Amino acid sequence: MSTPAAADILSASPPAAARLRPLARWRRRLTAVSASRPAAVGLGIILVWVALAILAPAIAPYAPNANDLAALANPTPSRTHWLGTDHLGRDVLSRILWGARPVLVIAPLAVLGAAALGSLLGLTAGYYGRWVGVVITRACDIVLSFPVIILYMIILAHFGSSAWNIIGVLTLTKAPIIARIVRGMTLDLREREYVTAAKMRGESALYIMLVEILPNARGPLIVDMCLRTGYNVIIIGVLGFLGIGLPPPDPDWGGMVKDTYGMMMVWPHMALFPCAAISSLVVGFNLLAIGLRELGLRD
Amino acid sequence: MTDAPVLDVRHLRVIYTTRAGEVTVIPDLSLSLEAGEAFGLVGESGCGKSTVALSIVRYLGRTGRIGGGQILVEGRDLTTLGDAALRTIRGRRIAMVYQDPMASLNPVMTVGRQLMEVPMIHERVGARVARERAIAMLSEVKLADPAGVMERYPHQLSGGQQQRIVIAMALIAGPALLIMDEPTTGLDVTVEAAVLDLVRELRQRHRSAILFISHNLGSVARVCDRVGVMYRGEIVEEGLVRQIFANPRHPYTRGLLDCLPTLGRDKRQAPLVPIAGQVESAISRPAGCGFARRCVHVESGRCTSGSIAAVTVDGEPRHRVVCVRAAELPPWRRRTGAVVSEERGVETEPVIDVHHLTKIYEARRRRRRFGGKRPSVRALADVNLAAARRQTLAIVGESGCGKSTLAKVLSGIEVATAGGVTLDGVEVGSLGVDARSAALRRKLQMVFQNPDSTLNPSHTVGYAIGRALRRLRDGAPADTTDGVARLLEVVKLAPAMAARKPHHLSGGEKQRVAIARALAGDPDVIVADEPVSALDVSVQAAVINLLNEIQATHGATLIFISHDLGVVRYLADHVAVMYLGTVAEVGRVERVFAPPYHPYTEALLSAVPVPDPDHDIPRILLEGPVPRADEVPRGCPFATRCPRRVGAICDDTPPPVQQLAPDHRLACHIPGPELRRMQTPLVGTSSAGR
Repeated sequence: MSTPAAADILSASPPAAARLRPLARWRRRLTAVSASRPAAVGLGIILVWVALAILAPAIAPYAPNANDLAALANPTPSRTHWLGTDHLGRDVLSRILWGARPVLVIAPLAVLGAAALGSLLGLTAGYYGRWVGVVITRACDIVLSFPVIILYMIILAHFGSSAWNIIGVLTLTKAPIIARIVRGMTLDLREREYVTAAKMRGESALYIMLVEILPNARGPLIVDMCLRTGYNVIIIGVLGFLGIGLPPPDPDWGGMVKDTYGMMMVWPHMALFPCAAISSLVVGFNLLAIGLRELGLRD
Repeated sequence: MTDAPVLDVRHLRVIYTTRAGEVTVIPDLSLSLEAGEAFGLVGESGCGKSTVALSIVRYLGRTGRIGGGQILVEGRDLTTLGDAALRTIRGRRIAMVYQDPMASLNPVMTVGRQLMEVPMIHERVGARVARERAIAMLSEVKLADPAGVMERYPHQLSGGQQQRIVIAMALIAGPALLIMDEPTTGLDVTVEAAVLDLVRELRQRHRSAILFISHNLGSVARVCDRVGVMYRGEIVEEGLVRQIFANPRHPYTRGLLDCLPTLGRDKRQAPLVPIAGQVESAISRPAGCGFARRCVHVESGRCTSGSIAAVTVDGEPRHRVVCVRAAELPPWRRRTGAVVSEERGVETEPVIDVHHLTKIYEARRRRRRFGGKRPSVRALADVNLAAARRQTLAIVGESGCGKSTLAKVLSGIEVATAGGVTLDGVEVGSLGVDARSAALRRKLQMVFQNPDSTLNPSHTVGYAIGRALRRLRDGAPADTTDGVARLLEVVKLAPAMAARKPHHLSGGEKQRVAIARALAGDPDVIVADEPVSALDVSVQAAVINLLNEIQATHGATLIFISHDLGVVRYLADHVAVMYLGTVAEVGRVERVFAPPYHPYTEALLSAVPVPDPDHDIPRILLEGPVPRADEVPRGCPFATRCPRRVGAICDDTPPPVQQLAPDHRLACHIPGPELRRMQTPLVGTSSAGR
């Protein structure tokens, strides 16, 4: 038995939705997402982090870079510093809250960039096929065959590490994966009768790719974008850990781990809390992706 | 044991759990089947036929359950049995044949292995005995070279052969009950005829009771002794096959028969009468008769309150109807009638002229290098046809005959390899859609087969039609709301439909929207590739009538591609019968459907299952498979299967095209007059004969 409400998120809106205000439509979608438990839990985790990141200036007990020298004597969690302080006496909770901000901007932006570039490449490769397809898929394979960490180090070392450069590098390395998915779907969708009907109206190739094909690839694409966002959170952490992430002293989860993992034996909280932050956000995105896939399949 | 019925379903109630709560899809159903009896269950999709079959074998899945009643198979109640006991009964006493044979066969096992498994598992016999029985069974289902077939994998067999294997697998355990769920639906008409004859014959020999589920009244008439007509989970009429077809008492049964295009009907003499509305969802079940809202004989009050009891028809003891007005309805008369020849108003000016059209699909070069010699496929070979203005040209033939390729070349999706096509005097055969001018594109539009893929699921109906209006109509205003509403009205849909997306539409509605979209540019020619083959009969009738009406009012030429000869007889003015990429016979429909026939036309016509148990015209069964398109015979393409083959000349020399009348020609070595002497008319019409 199909579940109309659930199917709507990934496929299309119900008849009434055409007349609904955008806000109401979003509310409807949120209700639909809650039909799958993993999706609801995942979305919950993400939304909590988004709220914390937005409210960080208001709710963080300390400035992220403020040193509390008095706390250095005993940096472990206490009434004044709920999650303790790091080796420089900076409040871990405040730094985690502030550190959520760059991650939640960079990871989704990089995914959007990868989705845009990857979709264009995938659509072109799948729609035209023949040598165009071969050139694009081979180019993607070449990018994918690089050990990514080394690629990141080379590029970021060369261009310097900034938020935009990280977005750029993530876009470049994730686009081929998206391109592959979109190409596969395009190969199937271009044979549909509605595509033939569009050709018979004399539509341009660009119109067919973007208006006739791409919207129907969005289900798997959205699922994959969720997964990729989670992976990007990990990579941003890894970059920070390697010291080529966001420049200090502003808080960055990966950087926090790098600075303090040496003291793991003595003060584990300094590295473990940022690790937990990274993991929870990644789990959130993964659960959402799993849930969305489930809802899509149920259609 | 012999007196008890093989299958006795008593007051079966089936409930599905959905998000909307519990839905009773079958409220109270009883039926019984004696040994050796075949019971046909007919009805539109969604009426619960398959649910009945699945509940008998208790395969309802997680969402369905049996809410009450008994299912007795040889006296044992299946509703109370545990899994292990059920499994032995399913394997040994009940067998099932589904619609898609490929889905029932394991692609990585030889069919022999799969056949042998049945007795080896269920009867614990040795491999040698099992093998002997498998071979015997294969020859019983009339497969040539049974020992050879044993070693084949399913994909090496044709659809008809696969279905025979599935039937053999079902029968090899000697089941008491055989359930066949749309066993011939995906098959070509000639193959279908052979499979139905096989079922008839095996039934007599094996004495298995058969529950035959089909939406095709013709095949039910051919195979069954008794018929039950289902609507919304209830058997609304039940009786002997002759009673149901000669004297249907329930308005729904009459509706089904009235909307069925048969070989004896044409659009002028016996128009189809579609059933109003569509099958309603099972979620809300109003009081009274479930069919009341669609019924033409409805009488408010009596029909819409209380529960309707089954009554037995006077003088027909085994004929039961669930209708309060059954006894009052006027007698039913089969709607037949086909004009012999109507010269008046026949236009001859061709809009489409296909001349010496050949289409060859080149084998990819790389493939050829690996696979040794792999010649290219000739999909169309020297096809000559013309479609006159404001007329309907139907193209019929089995799958693989090239009819869809022809549609693709006409519409520019493929281009001709040799020869050409003129559209209104302009040569378009070598022009792909991209190369055609806007004016040419406007002139010819297409309606496709698959309602689920003809509309983009992401776009609203309004967008789909509006976009077509903007692209295809000169000077269309930017706001197409009015134009969309007008087109929706033409296809008899409410303007409010424009806001809907395709997954909220039924198959018939989708096909109407597709027709509206094709009409947007006011085309001269509409190419419709099997536009109704995926639809239920009642919906099909409405769409056919719509196409017919649109053609009359818009003056468009309709090129109608179909495998259904009944539909073709009904709708077409001219018919072209295609075989292996060539035109076997072409002419005005009443000439093509009367002797002299091309032997292939004759075979096709004789294979059509006719919804009339008294129709007993000897069948011409074709031997052997259709040759592969890459190994076309040198002479007549039909020579390998032709029942009227004359001799070596058929194999060696391409047949001459005989012009038997100004608007009738066929390609055969046997002269027309001689063919006429050999053949009997296959289409019984009230005004037959010339």
